[in-house]
Amino acid sequence: MGKAWAAVIRTVLGLGRPWDAVENVRLMDRMSSKKPALGTLYLTASHVIFVENVPETRKETWILHSEISSIEKQATTAGGCPLLIRCKNFQVLHLVVPQERDCQDVYISLLRLARPVKYEELFCFSFNPKLDKEEREQGWTLVDLREEYKRMGTPNSYWHLSDVNRDYRVCDSYPTDVYVPRSATAHIIVGSSKFRSRRRFPALCYYCKDTNASICRSSQPLSGFSARCLEDEQMLQAIRRANPGSDFMYVVDTRPKLNAMANRAAGKGYENEDNYANIKFQFIGIENIHVMRSSLQKMLEVCELRSPSMSDFLWGLENSGWLKHIKAILDAGVFIAKAVAEEGTSVLVHCSDGWDRTAQVCSVASLLLDPHYRTLKGFMVLIEKDWISFGHKFHHRYGHLDGDPKEISPVIDQFLECVWQLTEQFPCAFEFNERFLVHIQHHIYSCQFGTFLCNSQKERRELRIQERTHSLWAHLWKNRADYLNPLFRADHSQARGTLRPPTSPCNFTYKFWSGMYNRFEKGMQPRQSVTDYLMAVKEETQQLEEELQVLEERLEKIHKIPLSDTPGNREPGAPQSKCPGLSASTPSVGNPAADSGGQPKSSPSRSPSQGDDDSALILTQENLKSSDPDLSANSDQESGVEDLSCRSPSGGECLPSEDSGKDPDPDEAVFLTA
Amino acid sequence: MEFSELIRTGRAEAFLLPGPGQSPVRGTLCITSHHLLLSAGHGSPSDLWLLLRNVDAVEKRAAGNSGTITLKCKDLNVLQLEIEGLEETLDIAGSIEALSSLESVTTSYPFFYRPQSLKLGEAEDLHPPDHFYQQVALETNGWRLSTVNRDFNVCASYPPALVVPRGIGDEVLARSARFRQGGRFPVLCYYHSINGTVMLRSSQPLQGANRRRCAEDEELLKAALALGGGRGLVLDTRSAQAVKQARITGGGTEAKAAYSGWKRLHRPLERGRPLQDSFVRLVEACTDPSLSMDRWLSRLDGCRWLTHVKEALTIACLAAQGMDREGVCILVHGAEGTDVTLLVTSLTQLILDPKCRTLRGFQSLLEREWIQAGHPFQQRCAHSAYAQGRPKHEAPIFLLFLDCVWQLSRQFPLSLEFGEGMLLALFEHAYASPFGTFLCNSEKERYLCEVKTKTHSLWSSLNQSKERKRLCNPIYSPNPLALWPSVEPQSLQLWAGLFLRWTRPPEPAQEAWEQLWKIVTEREVADPL
Repeated sequence: MGKAWAAVIRTVLGLGRPWDAVENVRLMDRMSSKKPALGTLYLTASHVIFVENVPETRKETWILHSEISSIEKQATTAGGCPLLIRCKNFQVLHLVVPQERDCQDVYISLLRLARPVKYEELFCFSFNPKLDKEEREQGWTLVDLREEYKRMGTPNSYWHLSDVNRDYRVCDSYPTDVYVPRSATAHIIVGSSKFRSRRRFPALCYYCKDTNASICRSSQPLSGFSARCLEDEQMLQAIRRANPGSDFMYVVDTRPKLNAMANRAAGKGYENEDNYANIKFQFIGIENIHVMRSSLQKMLEVCELRSPSMSDFLWGLENSGWLKHIKAILDAGVFIAKAVAEEGTSVLVHCSDGWDRTAQVCSVASLLLDPHYRTLKGFMVLIEKDWISFGHKFHHRYGHLDGDPKEISPVIDQFLECVWQLTEQFPCAFEFNERFLVHIQHHIYSCQFGTFLCNSQKERRELRIQERTHSLWAHLWKNRADYLNPLFRADHSQARGTLRPPTSPCNFTYKFWSGMYNRFEKGMQPRQSVTDYLMAVKEETQQLEEELQVLEERLEKIHKIPLSDTPGNREPGAPQSKCPGLSASTPSVGNPAADSGGQPKSSPSRSPSQGDDDSALILTQENLKSSDPDLSANSDQESGVEDLSCRSPSGGECLPSEDSGKDPDPDEAVFLTA
Repeated sequence: MEFSELIRTGRAEAFLLPGPGQSPVRGTLCITSHHLLLSAGHGSPSDLWLLLRNVDAVEKRAAGNSGTITLKCKDLNVLQLEIEGLEETLDIAGSIEALSSLESVTTSYPFFYRPQSLKLGEAEDLHPPDHFYQQVALETNGWRLSTVNRDFNVCASYPPALVVPRGIGDEVLARSARFRQGGRFPVLCYYHSINGTVMLRSSQPLQGANRRRCAEDEELLKAALALGGGRGLVLDTRSAQAVKQARITGGGTEAKAAYSGWKRLHRPLERGRPLQDSFVRLVEACTDPSLSMDRWLSRLDGCRWLTHVKEALTIACLAAQGMDREGVCILVHGAEGTDVTLLVTSLTQLILDPKCRTLRGFQSLLEREWIQAGHPFQQRCAHSAYAQGRPKHEAPIFLLFLDCVWQLSRQFPLSLEFGEGMLLALFEHAYASPFGTFLCNSEKERYLCEVKTKTHSLWSSLNQSKERKRLCNPIYSPNPLALWPSVEPQSLQLWAGLFLRWTRPPEPAQEAWEQLWKIVTEREVADPL
């Protein structure tokens, strides 16, 4: 492959000297004193590839150019010339190239390759996962935001879909579909937009059916020291009135107060409570992108320490401030979720431009409020809604193309970490596992899929991203079996309703995420995976149950005994009652998966994106569903048997915990199928 | 002494304030000889039954005609009781203080506790004293069971039966014992069947300032080395400096010249007062509501607890690596050989020996390496983290061990048959228990108090099938390999299940545990074979 790629590289780079690969390169193990791996380093148009020489394994390490965040060439030593490649997914490759000249070549080439200047250089435009056109297009329809707003309960008598931003006429970083209060006329919206940074006027982000309260988002008002805007005041009033249950609304500025005040000098700023009727204004001090960037940098330096002491690590971590920032974002989310769910009060959230901190805080609040966002599908929708459609600047923040390094900041990384911290606190509340978050982070930087390209919907449409690249969501959905959290239960108390993380003192619940920032240091991670083990167990259970069902059906045919006869037979030892007894446990396995979204839309069988591989799974779920009525009939009988056997030994006093542990299952089965 | 003399008021109306995982109870409070009972009525499930022995500190506060008593428990729980009547408050607080600090072993609750589901004296059969020797004897003929200590005359803190090199007679052992602090001569504590290397433990040799030697002690270690492959390593859990200090007061360590084949390494581990302080500071930090996020990590570091966890695991790994990879015999000791020595030897076994990782095997390990080996539980666990006043002999060495085991279980979640519930139960029972297992400081004391015949064993209680779901790890699958934990700071975590147990809501973790069980049980139901 080397020759063909070398030609490509030469054309891309205009390199003078042709070369294919560098041999006898050593890959050092940074964390231990293990022997370095000897191998060959290849540069292709899209990847850096290191192939180890060990003939049996020939272990390969692939790195996309767009994942490289920095390349460092160190002073040549007797052993060769060290080259340090740091990646945006926190992998660090320490290579030693025997010849200084080769090292220089690789270094220069990578400097160029890691900083593409045109979108067309990105891997997603050449990535071809062998899907036909139809499949690719279907992939892009997997996440449908109109559908999502419908699920929330809009449009309704208070909110509607406005066409005011058709062709991005009002705000070029907003989507075309914008939901606003019915009472907000185009005149009010346009007037309000002129009074907001980058014309990002207040628009609906989340609507809570139960309380009518909403979360809206915008950018800061151009209030300066005294400016007012009637339409903007009317806009906020319209939002407040769209929630008749509450006579005021919160306006949350997610910046530290000092930053917001400084903005007033530049003619920007924040809402004056005196000018807006019935608002409660609140600052929540989340630091800006520059502080966050340097915080991550400091934390990564701690991660890279060689054999640090406990003090080195804990002090370094604290000095980075990283966990403090994570907590600030989560606290803001908790505040908003509480306002919406418990007080029934609407909230308008903004920061400066309303595309970084605002996106973080709105999506954390939504995740806390709505169990749908804690499912696999719902989480994709959440990112699509709060981040992609509302113009989070993926291209600038994650450095997809060569640009201003001051624009780069780990904004969505922080959101993903907030979610991880919550999954650690509530192990049963999320349908997805850690791997899902890690893979999303990886692909935000990889540019292998078009999903996160550009800074806005407008730019994506102009670039015809959907026609030319593939959707990450479809890819993740197709491989969803890898991303499931086996502990998740849709009907579980943690998954129902609002998540309430404990408030103070809760500092200690924030932990260093070694599964993200040290994930390539395998030795540091737990050596056995509970998730994988449990998924295997679940799969096995399902297979066994299917086998059992087939056998039962066969048995039925042979004996020609209708199943409806069995309820009469209550002897525990009798073979007929044993079979239904076994299958009675099926609903609790089948239902979480089939019910995962809690919505018909997310049921796998209706997903438009499924590939051929998925059909088997869907078939089995159909089987389980069709068998439900039988099961519910049997489960009553089953629980009766349980009760008898549990009470008999000691008057029921001695085993209360076991009883209560078993009882809910049959009950739930009845409830779910009823 | 009569308990009734100590109970100044036996009864009062009280209200138990709610806390995380603690529902409020209003009702009648009763103080009995060993318990505090708060009942809302007949057999209400939220009734509070508190073993008074569990109370670590009592704080009382008066407000008008009523008072508040704060009970800080050894299991780190904190209970707040509002009591009607000022006099009642003071009397009840006084009664609790008096009853919770009784020192007599034979009037302690285990001597009165008679659960219906258990029979006295069962535990003897669970972990017979010669069980370890039988296991070793299956592998090699080089070792014998010596009863030189059958009357506890040679060593007061050792059990009656000990495993020693076959070629060494009892009189040699007795003389070696005189050369070791407290008579703890080197004995076998683990035989690594993969390569025949052995681990021994002892106390420090009484070398003294003029560097005494003892021919029998040297002979004993020489014989052990010959059986274990010829290369040995003395792992001294003190710094070289501390050893120098010890020599002045008659202690010391193995001189290289005297013990050929044995090398020596000093790997200091914290113990005693500093370790207790570390525990106290950590609990303070975990319950400090005013602590903000930007100070939490440095506070956590300031406690040093995680540093101690890291160091203990590191040394255990060193010992395990020495045996498994380098084929070296290990002798572990510090000064007395009853504290961090046992921490290192038991952790090493857990790392190397799959048999220790089962429910029964782990109990055997605890019985052998902690209880019979003479860890002074009564002294070390007299108070937990809340007690006021100067600690005397308290030190949470056993808790440090449990924390290290928890770290192992986190890194190898499938490889231990027992779960966090087991470790929590052990912590609770070590500090306050209705069972006799952790009573006293040594086998000799337990023998004199007739603990084994007059109290129930914790093991028989834990092995009841109703405890399975709480204690066992549903996803256990036997792992024949050594468990090499990562000791990088990124891999070690604060044991939230213990230190934050009473400060955060318990439901999420409980639900996860139940779900874990459910998944595995469904698999078992589906496949009756």
